[in-house]
Amino acid sequence: MTVRIDQTRCIGSGQCVLAAPDVFDQSDDDGLGLVVVAEPSAELLPGVRDAVDRCPAQVVTLEE
Amino acid sequence: MTEAAVCPVPHENRTHPLGPPAGFEEAISAGPVRMLWPNRVEAWVVSSYAGVRQVLSDPRFSANKDGQPEMRTEGEQVLGLPEPGNMNVMDGAEHLRLRRPLARAFMVKRLNEMRPRIQEIVDEHLDAMERAGAPADLVSSVCLPVPSLVIAELLGVPPEHQELFQATTREMFGKNGSRAEYEAKAAELGGVLMKVVEEKKASGTTDDLIGLMVNDTDFDMDELLFLAIGLLAAGHETTSNFFGLFTLTLFENPDQLAILKRDPSRADVIVEELMRYTVGRLGGAGLARRATEDVEVDGVTIHAGDWVAVTFHANLDEELCPHAGELDLERRAVSHLGFGFGPHQCLGANLARAELQILLRTLFTRFPDVRPAVPLVEMDFREDMITYGAATIPVVW
Repeated sequence: MTVRIDQTRCIGSGQCVLAAPDVFDQSDDDGLGLVVVAEPSAELLPGVRDAVDRCPAQVVTLEE
Repeated sequence: MTEAAVCPVPHENRTHPLGPPAGFEEAISAGPVRMLWPNRVEAWVVSSYAGVRQVLSDPRFSANKDGQPEMRTEGEQVLGLPEPGNMNVMDGAEHLRLRRPLARAFMVKRLNEMRPRIQEIVDEHLDAMERAGAPADLVSSVCLPVPSLVIAELLGVPPEHQELFQATTREMFGKNGSRAEYEAKAAELGGVLMKVVEEKKASGTTDDLIGLMVNDTDFDMDELLFLAIGLLAAGHETTSNFFGLFTLTLFENPDQLAILKRDPSRADVIVEELMRYTVGRLGGAGLARRATEDVEVDGVTIHAGDWVAVTFHANLDEELCPHAGELDLERRAVSHLGFGFGPHQCLGANLARAELQILLRTLFTRFPDVRPAVPLVEMDFREDMITYGAATIPVVW
């Protein structure tokens, strides 16, 4: 299970941070999304799936 | 598209102040349907949850709004014309160039740092409302001034120009506005902002949004002024309307209001459900896109050049959540469309969330018995703008 953000299309909406604050952050340099925990444990997965769904730019992916 | 057999888009005579225009739900029930707008432009109306997400995120739909379907019955197009800084009508890399540098100012953690200041502004206005005594008008005491002060602070603009922000917004969002009057107001506000820009240049700050644009982006002056005016306008108009609409929705649903009062710490989840339901129930067809090639949406082929208008009635689609037509403040937050979707999703969404959470929690904690002083159907609503909200909300406590 690997979480990724395609930073080339990220708009820095922060939806991933709201959905899964333990997995994502936003960069202080440019506000874009960052993956803090690339291989999240099972209990974090519902939040990650929520982030995949909520991301307006559709740039968060979870490879299962 | 031909004009034959195309019904006019229902946009007047709401069945209820918080409900859709009469005939709207019936008209869209069969899936994508072609309708004629009051300005004589035809567009497909897409109303399913999946369809709206597709239209707003598929790059084959352009955000260029020159000649778009509009609710105006006279006059000329005021908003949505291509001009420097108008990122709302740009696509792809051109849009990202303007949008991405602004993200820092609306970062979740930055807005969390701003919460104590928002709380202070809310408290000051509720103190003043209490001192003046019941009955009070919630719109002029709280809904209008609070978001206006907050967005001015986020941009780094002196708050004494509030009147001018509001006048410019009225010209910008008026249904039958005049481009010349809007330009005159925007020029006046631009003059004020130009002084602010000089101050930011001198201080070198990046702590507020204008400082950030001046000192840490490649935006030119025209772009910067357009963005600043747009953000000031959007920042106070929308949040202001929605705080009023949410409060009225809660007054109408006392069992749901009891849920907020019981556990105000859940204001974050509650705001998501209020946004989903309130926006969905108001319905109406608005946000336009134009197909740049043939695209299939919800089983119909939308041809290159066709206009599409999405409706956020899609927030009531059962595909999004069970019993989607009902307000349920105990529901977990779902991926609703209240702030739009795709690369143009509301830039200020996280600011609006913070403000609405603090406003609702504080209003109903400090005034647990606050209630409307007149029945909802007797209140005045603003029908002359492309945005919608209550003109006054008389309350007692």
